[in-house]
Amino acid sequence: MRVTLKIWRQPDAATAGAMHTYELDTVSPDMSFLEMLDVLNEQLNAAGEEPIAFDSDCREGICGMCGLMINGEPHGPEVTTTCQLHMRSFKDGDEITIEPWRSDAFPVVRDLCVDRGAFDRIIQSGGFISVNTGSAPEAHSIQVPKEAADRAFDAATCIGCGACVAACPNGSASLFMGAKITHLGELPQGQAERDNRVVSMVSQHDHEGFGGCTNIGECTAACPKEIPLDVISQMNRDLRKALQHGH
Amino acid sequence: MTDMPDTTTTSDPSYHVPAEGESDDAAGYYVPGEPIVDTKAPGGPIDERWSTRKFEARLVNPANRRKLSIIIVGTGLAGASAAATLGEAGYVVKSFCYQDSPRRAHSIAAQGGINAAKNYKEDGDSVHRLFYDTVKGGDYRSRESNVYRLAEVSTNIIDQCVAQGVPFAREYGGLLDNRSFGGVQVSRTFYARGQTGQQLLIGAYQALERQVQAGTVTTYTRHEMLELIVVDDGEGKKRARGIIARDMVTGAIETHLADVVVLASGGYGNVFYLSTNAMGSNVTASWRAHRKGAYMANPCYTQIHPTCIPVTGSHQSKLTLMSESLRNDGRIWVPKKKEDCDKDPRSIPEEDRDYYLERIYPSFGNLVPRDIASRAAKYQCDDGRGVGPEVDGVRRGVYLDFADAIARLGRDAIEEKYGNLFDMYARITGENPYEVPMRIYPAVHYVMGGLWVDYDLQSTIPGLFVTGEANFSDHGANRLGASALMQGLADGYFVLPHTIRDYLADGPFEKVAEDHPAVVEARESVQRRIEHYLTVNGTRSVDSYHRELGNIMWEYCGMERTEDGLKKAIDLIRTLRDDFHRNVKVLGSADSLNQSLEKAGRVADFLELGELMCIDALNRRESCGGHFRAESQTEDGEALRHDDLYAYVAAWEFTPEDAGESWATPMGTPVLHKEDLTYTAIEMKQRSYK
Repeated sequence: MRVTLKIWRQPDAATAGAMHTYELDTVSPDMSFLEMLDVLNEQLNAAGEEPIAFDSDCREGICGMCGLMINGEPHGPEVTTTCQLHMRSFKDGDEITIEPWRSDAFPVVRDLCVDRGAFDRIIQSGGFISVNTGSAPEAHSIQVPKEAADRAFDAATCIGCGACVAACPNGSASLFMGAKITHLGELPQGQAERDNRVVSMVSQHDHEGFGGCTNIGECTAACPKEIPLDVISQMNRDLRKALQHGH
Repeated sequence: MTDMPDTTTTSDPSYHVPAEGESDDAAGYYVPGEPIVDTKAPGGPIDERWSTRKFEARLVNPANRRKLSIIIVGTGLAGASAAATLGEAGYVVKSFCYQDSPRRAHSIAAQGGINAAKNYKEDGDSVHRLFYDTVKGGDYRSRESNVYRLAEVSTNIIDQCVAQGVPFAREYGGLLDNRSFGGVQVSRTFYARGQTGQQLLIGAYQALERQVQAGTVTTYTRHEMLELIVVDDGEGKKRARGIIARDMVTGAIETHLADVVVLASGGYGNVFYLSTNAMGSNVTASWRAHRKGAYMANPCYTQIHPTCIPVTGSHQSKLTLMSESLRNDGRIWVPKKKEDCDKDPRSIPEEDRDYYLERIYPSFGNLVPRDIASRAAKYQCDDGRGVGPEVDGVRRGVYLDFADAIARLGRDAIEEKYGNLFDMYARITGENPYEVPMRIYPAVHYVMGGLWVDYDLQSTIPGLFVTGEANFSDHGANRLGASALMQGLADGYFVLPHTIRDYLADGPFEKVAEDHPAVVEARESVQRRIEHYLTVNGTRSVDSYHRELGNIMWEYCGMERTEDGLKKAIDLIRTLRDDFHRNVKVLGSADSLNQSLEKAGRVADFLELGELMCIDALNRRESCGGHFRAESQTEDGEALRHDDLYAYVAAWEFTPEDAGESWATPMGTPVLHKEDLTYTAIEMKQRSYK
């Protein structure tokens, strides 16, 4: 296959970036999207041009490190992570636009790499259950109804990639945040800190410069793990209750 | 599938044929050294050793803990859990990872589950049985005190993780579900669908981030450790006192000093280039410590997993594992005739198919242990009967066929059991496994070898502790399924926090100045190496060297090893390494994000590790665990262990070459220190599965 790639290149956060065009004619449909970029980078290196920086690590769809805007869609045309997207989803002769996540809260580090440290700081603000090592009760002393455990698990599958933010016209991280609030809020272990958690996390989210949610739903459509939109409802419900409780 | 089926025979002298004399295959490649022993495990009954050690390990007054600093490299299960726990205890912790967030560490990719001796099924499980299974699974090449402790603390891990909110699978009654995994006969594996590693890591990550908020832990993301700082304490003892790290965004070379350093930096499976490891997984932290005096133990012990998706071309960047539970219902075969290998498999009649595992191992069939299944697949492909795309002239794949299972159980039943795996396979290969047989091939998955540690998890450098996959102690020559997660969390939550305090009770140690000669030397050596990679200005990319090294390792130090092959590999690696340092091409600058530069440093270290792995494999003229030495087999062609000659840990000491280069000191001839393995609580047996 032959593809034309229009790729965002930016030396660092302080320097303006621009789109560059590259031609690649040795693409196999069996390549993953990132392997296609590996091949391009080998070609650039041989020609004396610095390879394009992009993030990836596990390359099996679970670590959340990769993430590119491909033709305007986070992770491209399939419901999956960028690393699990394959070139057979494209046609010979296609022009493909590749950009980093677009969000003020995710500043560009270089080329296609962004800084998602804001997600870590949201978790720091309350995305946990406070239990020091060694102080846990016997595991079977806590019973969790299967339905609650399953819903908690569905929400807990979030990989923190940031596609939801990149997809949202408001640049909101509500899906990411709602997923964590739902995961911990569905479990009996998470009740003690439930009010504090939602108030702190929402506050940190706004402080980081993410936008508000207006129920557009682009986030859940872009989510490679198909986190449902109702985790945002859960978050809003929890926030309202917490405020009623005087937080 | 059993790593070690429960049909062992006792040591029958006629079966146990020792090699002729003490063969010394690696003569000339190493220097014999003094034996090494673990001095930290207390004696006495095995089930009392850990209690004794915890009691004897000195305490650190809570008021003193905030004066003591700990550097932890790596944020996987072993690193994040240790950072959280030590932060909770009140120490000053600095946590480093090369990824953009601690949550990305590769523990996240583990699928199957985590073992714990809870005996919730009342099926006869116990701490002793988990201990027994683990030692046996490791083919009697692990240290029994360490393994017993691992089994002992396994139950605490589940309690801790549940309290953190890890959403383990549950039954309708609300209690935790378990399954049997890896062929063991008890149900002791806790799981969270096929994403157990992810859920456990997120639990540890959240505990870590909670400590960041509490102010006890500082995280350094996109930071890579490039050197260990070892300082003479003035009383003749050289202690680990810090690291040199590169800020991968700005390129700044930073000096971080502390009272103690912990490496939780994972395994080095990427020395094979293609593996199921993450792209960034590397040996640099361990190798830099090795070069500074930490012994590397059993580096050739590698686990190869039989059910991975085959390579499709030279562009391949990594391999993806599929749960081996697939072998419960799939039948493995290759065409009998070479000319059928590129045909549509559905068109090949039954009589022209070779179900080779069922043929050779009628009692275990497709469920033979991982190493047997892997090696058998290699033999079929070497014989020219592999299937799938030709890569470098060979088809490396065998069929895993579900047609019979679908006919017997119905498509719905297969979808119910394996739906997510079938989807994953379809996404990667573009083929529908309900219609066309899957293709599988073995891939490097885990390394049991790593830095040598004593019972306290302390390396041969005082003040340097090593946890998780980065150390060597618990899995012997092969690791049981669902035990990697257990070990990572055992080390980080429950073992290291106790043992490290005995070391820290002597601290705080005298402050080390940033201009101390040892610190300056470490920093300058990093700068010299970086400058070297950027100025070679050769013609070949870093990846091309890495791929070539991987091919050598896979061919000669992979599933089957021979004396001749290993010697050839050592020559090839030396030549390749020499060429790398003269001809590598790394563009860009040192003071910005430069992924080629990052890779150059890692590959340079892999090029040294690879040689040591081959020397270790050459020395160990026995087949044990996941390793097959062609020179050591039974009359039936099966693995033959030599307890009389090799019941020891091979701990290798780095020796620098005299003739230094401007950029670094080349590696010289390593020194071999042997730690004898003795078993007091378990009897050594040979395995059999026919």
